[in-house]
Amino acid sequence: MSTAAPNVIEERESSILVKGRQRKSHLKCDADSIAGCVSQRACVYCGARVVLNPVTDAIHLVHGPIGCASYTWDIRGSLSSGSELYRNSFSTDLKENDIIFGGEKKLARAIDELVEKYKAPVVFVYATCVVGVIGDDLEAVCKKAAQKHGIQVIPVQSSGFIGNKSAGYQAACDALLRLIEPRSAACPPGNKHEVKSINYLGDFNLAGEAWIITEYLRQIGVEVNTVFTGDSKCSNLQKAPEASLNIIQCAGSMFYLAQQLEELYGIPYMRVSFLGLEDTSASLRSIAAFFKDLQMKRLAEELIQRETAAVKSQMEGYREKLKHKKAAIYVGGGFKAISLIKQFRELGIDVVMVGTQTGREEDYQTLHDIADDGTVILDDANPSELERFMTEKGAHLLVGGVKERPLAYKLGVAFIDHNHDRKHPLSGYVGAVNFAREVHATVCSPVWKYARGTGGGNYAGLPQC
Amino acid sequence: MLDCTPKEVIKRSGGLINPAKTCQPIGAMYAALGIHNCLPHSHGSQGCCAYHRSHLTRHFREPVMATTSSFTEGASVFGGGANLKTAIKNVFDIYNPDVMAVHTTCLSETIGDDISTIIKSAEVPEGKVVIHANTPSYQGSHITGFSNMVKGMVEYLARADTDGKKEQVNIIPGFVDPGDMREIKRLVGKMGIKFIMFPDTSGVMDSPMTGKFDMFPAGGAQVEDIRDAGNSSLTMALGYYASSTPANLLERNCRVPAITLKTPIGIKATDDFLMTLRSKFTLEIPYELEEERGQLVDVMTDTHHHFYDKKVAIFGDPDILTGLTEFVLSLGMQPVHVLTGTPSGTLGGPQGIFEKEINEMLAAARLEGRVKAAGDLFELHQWIKNEPVDLLMGNTYGKYIARAEDIPFVRVGFPILDRSTHPYLPIVGYRGALRLVEMISNALLDRQDRDAADEDLELVM
Ligand code: SF4
Ligand code: SF4
Repeated sequence: MSTAAPNVIEERESSILVKGRQRKSHLKCDADSIAGCVSQRACVYCGARVVLNPVTDAIHLVHGPIGCASYTWDIRGSLSSGSELYRNSFSTDLKENDIIFGGEKKLARAIDELVEKYKAPVVFVYATCVVGVIGDDLEAVCKKAAQKHGIQVIPVQSSGFIGNKSAGYQAACDALLRLIEPRSAACPPGNKHEVKSINYLGDFNLAGEAWIITEYLRQIGVEVNTVFTGDSKCSNLQKAPEASLNIIQCAGSMFYLAQQLEELYGIPYMRVSFLGLEDTSASLRSIAAFFKDLQMKRLAEELIQRETAAVKSQMEGYREKLKHKKAAIYVGGGFKAISLIKQFRELGIDVVMVGTQTGREEDYQTLHDIADDGTVILDDANPSELERFMTEKGAHLLVGGVKERPLAYKLGVAFIDHNHDRKHPLSGYVGAVNFAREVHATVCSPVWKYARGTGGGNYAGLPQC
Repeated sequence: MLDCTPKEVIKRSGGLINPAKTCQPIGAMYAALGIHNCLPHSHGSQGCCAYHRSHLTRHFREPVMATTSSFTEGASVFGGGANLKTAIKNVFDIYNPDVMAVHTTCLSETIGDDISTIIKSAEVPEGKVVIHANTPSYQGSHITGFSNMVKGMVEYLARADTDGKKEQVNIIPGFVDPGDMREIKRLVGKMGIKFIMFPDTSGVMDSPMTGKFDMFPAGGAQVEDIRDAGNSSLTMALGYYASSTPANLLERNCRVPAITLKTPIGIKATDDFLMTLRSKFTLEIPYELEEERGQLVDVMTDTHHHFYDKKVAIFGDPDILTGLTEFVLSLGMQPVHVLTGTPSGTLGGPQGIFEKEINEMLAAARLEGRVKAAGDLFELHQWIKNEPVDLLMGNTYGKYIARAEDIPFVRVGFPILDRSTHPYLPIVGYRGALRLVEMISNALLDRQDRDAADEDLELVM
């Protein structure tokens, strides 16, 4: 690839492209990271944990040495309206002896002790890498514990080395499917609610986002049966088969679950996105269209009009200050990246670089289709690549996760966390304003004025904002 | 709401609830960042590396660069040798550090990869070094991992190659923030002694904003200096858990005498540190440091009535805790609960040395308290429910307990994920002690102000 810099690793070339420069719009993705690279990627366990962790009344027990549990202790930022049990960190803290002689006994003890203490309806037991190697029979231990305590004890097959984060999403979805699997004839598949009831997949209620969307839906006459998994409880999740539609927000983590729910319970699914005004309105319209209900369609239109009008002047104010700024995107999944591009367009901001950790081929196809010419598109980028393209493209702002923040700041590039560390809800109409506000807060901060004095850098914002 | 901890203490044997420690590799990674131009490398699946980098990034708010062997299922069956060799090649081809510091993970340890053999058979470019440390997380804690990586530095780098020893001291600072390392260097500098500090994360994990991203920031211990550490006349290991093993190894390998001291937190430990330097190198303590000490004592006398009889619970890493416990005792407080997650006998040393040391301090002050190594925060919380305290000190994870029990909270130690500037400001030395006095008394007095009835609100305190 002629546009690749000398310090781009050869094997990485096929994972980077520039729109308009190459004829083929085909990107190598979903491959394993290369040994010896500074990859920003996480593991299977990480993927499984982020999906399941928001189940608030569950005991999340990490079977492994202490680290895997420590690093995931309450970092997700998903809010609960009830139990706070999920915010504790439970680990079997495997020691050398357990590694040699197996950790099954300790695991069984841990489950016993925790269940006695917390009376939870479900225990998720996460396998970490070591467990995969020492060969503990998680299934057997969990089955026994389930019988003993009369609750669900579900193993999550999330040993880190069996793939990347996406494999973890799937492991989590498998665990959820086991949770909702009907245990009696009381809830035969196909026995749908009379009311318009949906499951909302792929919202983890970060900063209360699921609550915002649930409220919109209520206003147009749709009841959210359960969210997967933001602010969810075991008992709600088990009612999932009763819904008449599944809507998916974070497709990366939940597409598989939606497919399974369709197959097993005959619930159709639809992709939605509540990021940005355009996508939010479009999503509400398609939900109303699905139910073929005139009243609902009317209510949806009213809501869209009302909410759009309510944020219009604020959005225009931000747009005025932010237009022609340049943004770079590096996020987990492809679908989020796509929504972000649209959202930046609403603010008049040009996206000059876009990448994901786990985007899939069809996501990259869409990204390529909607990106402007010259936009750099990349999969599983390392920090040097992020630096190089942000600098080359003169990005003022990076959207990313925890590891990217200080990198951006060092370059004099403003930053927004669109991951676990986000502070305000970014979904829906309110979220669109919050997003604009966050962009403005960082891009137009006076600190860049002083930062500029240190020489180098892209330095967001100034002078016009 | 966040209070899920029952008061009644029950015996547990099935793992930890709300840990007060984390795993070895993150300590090794942090130590390796204290070598100039060094790239830490995590030999295992990519998840561990991502977690360790994120966690360090959250505490230091700095980019943390490290590579991984990216194990897949194949590697976990056939061993990770091929991955590591590829990684070594790629690391030098692409990132070109002077040193690559490999640490293992639970996975590669369990599989049993023999790292030194793999390194020996790998192609390492001329003038470059690959060092390694075994860091299985099913032993010890992040402090053990730090210690093991520093041991790796000694093993691979330090050499005794002069006749006789040089008038210079090696300082192994332990798992402390870069601001602490700077302060220790300042103190030794003021004493006028030539020193080599390793690892030294100052200038790496507290690097300035320049508008550029440096994969390898300007700070860190130079490789030549670590080599030369074999020629020093003394090694001072600050903190038994993080620093004594590498210091002892250096004594064995290069015959540099080693002394282990407490991390110089608080007035007494700082005195000990400076007095040791003075006696070993027959120097005078300069007036400036005497002045700093006098100022600290001045502030301690000005404020001691705030601390009288106040009960405090402290948790965190063992080396920090010994200094902190000693210091709060010297302020007149009562450290009734002291807990670390790090197991006490990790280093093959006598079991229970942590508990013994703290209990002796308490006994000397005619106090009794609960002291425990290898504990967790669930247990600490239960202790506090059974014997309430006026103040909690520890890392960010203490905030749940502080909120549930409504007690003032001073953040100190690792990790601090919800506040900033701590990496820059020391808690060691007399200056650091002054800062501790400020933090502790602010927390106590802010609470007193908050709770005061209108008629009791005081202007002068
Ligand atoms: S597997 Fe071991 S090294 Fe990796 S995060 Fe877990 S405890 Fe730490
Ligand atoms: S050990 Fe495996 S499961 Fe745990 S953090 Fe590392 S890669 Fe993930």
